[in-house]
Amino acid sequence: MAKVIVVTSGKGGVGKTTTSASIATGLAKRGHKTVVIDFDVGLRNLDLIMGCERRVVYDFVNVLQNEANLKQALIKDKHCDNLFVLPASQTRDKDALTPEGVEKVLNELRENHDFIVCDSPAGIEQGAVMALYFADEAIVVTNPEVSSVRDSDRILGILSAKSKRAAENQEPIKEHLLITRYSPERVSSGEMLSITDIQELLGVKLVGVIPESQTVLQASNSGIPVIHMNDSPSGQAYEDVVARFLGEERPMRFVEPEKKSFLKRLFGT
Amino acid sequence: MSILDYLLKRKKKSANIAKERLQIIFAAENMDKNGPDFLPELKRELLEVISRYVAVDQDLIQVNVERDSECDILELNIPLSGSHIKQKNKVAKAAKAASH
Ligand SMILES: Nc1ncnc2c1ncn2[C@@H]1O[C@H](COP(=O)(O)OP(=O)(O)OP(=O)(O)O)[C@@H](O)[C@H]1O
Ligand SMILES: [Mg+2]
Repeated sequence: MAKVIVVTSGKGGVGKTTTSASIATGLAKRGHKTVVIDFDVGLRNLDLIMGCERRVVYDFVNVLQNEANLKQALIKDKHCDNLFVLPASQTRDKDALTPEGVEKVLNELRENHDFIVCDSPAGIEQGAVMALYFADEAIVVTNPEVSSVRDSDRILGILSAKSKRAAENQEPIKEHLLITRYSPERVSSGEMLSITDIQELLGVKLVGVIPESQTVLQASNSGIPVIHMNDSPSGQAYEDVVARFLGEERPMRFVEPEKKSFLKRLFGT
Repeated sequence: MSILDYLLKRKKKSANIAKERLQIIFAAENMDKNGPDFLPELKRELLEVISRYVAVDQDLIQVNVERDSECDILELNIPLSGSHIKQKNKVAKAAKAASH
């Protein structure tokens, strides 16, 4: 059975697209046939992060409006055989996403994929609601910061009240908390909410912690999902997330501050 | 933060402040979601009655239901600041006295 996963957050700029790209890549690398869809209609970005922006011919809205079929619109990833990207339209607006249209596309994709990863736009409007409405599982991306945590709580409320599963009284969407842009040093000095704080506040099972890392920007500069950066902490942390998502037990890494020398501790960095 | 920073200015930990603020927000939202249905209505009517006698700041009013193991406690918190009280009649004064 194909699974629809939404990557959502409420707040903008917390790392949804970065996460969607890496998780979809990770699932595909492990042999699962995966498609990642950009729901951010009007502000397409996933194609850039996946490095396929020059191969976009048709997009999600073209498919919804029967101007192209799925086969024409899906872009095959250049690194992974099992991975496809369905880009968002750059010119239309989010009202182009109707529940009937989206459901039809998702059902067609379910037929021959194992995972469908939906990269949600920020906010709680039509685009964001359409991205989560048909989800089986949700990855709630949260930064250790008050407004992000509050927005995540809001999105959790919407997941449990306004999704298709809620409307039809089915088993609720399975929720996973993903904390990104985490700085263990700042947490240990008391300037940043800790993993425990966030988990206590939101009450959702933690699927991973991605450290704040310069590699993420380097990866997006070159159009390579950061999970390909095998020797970077953020790449490895995403690798762990995919493993945990698929049911493996893995200890959290990169969540403790690096040991500093005495002089560094005395004078700061 | 270095040890020198720490010794020099012992900052108040802002992460704790953040957590406390979020806890308060979520508790209030939970109350709206899971509290008894009549709570918003009760709050509105109480406010109406009280403001007939005294000037109250709507934002400062807290209506909570506290879950105890034995019973639920309806808790009203209505701060009355002296200068704002209309003092139309004795009831207002009584209310003020009670608030101290
Ligand atoms: N772990 C990280 N470390 C450092 N920077 C990060 C990390 N994760 C994301 N970023 C940066 O944060 C910015 C926003 O990331 P991204 O586009 O993935 O967020 P988003 O939630 O999809 O945003 P939007 O709401 O606009 O769609 C980017 O510049 C990205 O490089
Ligand atoms: Mg995005």
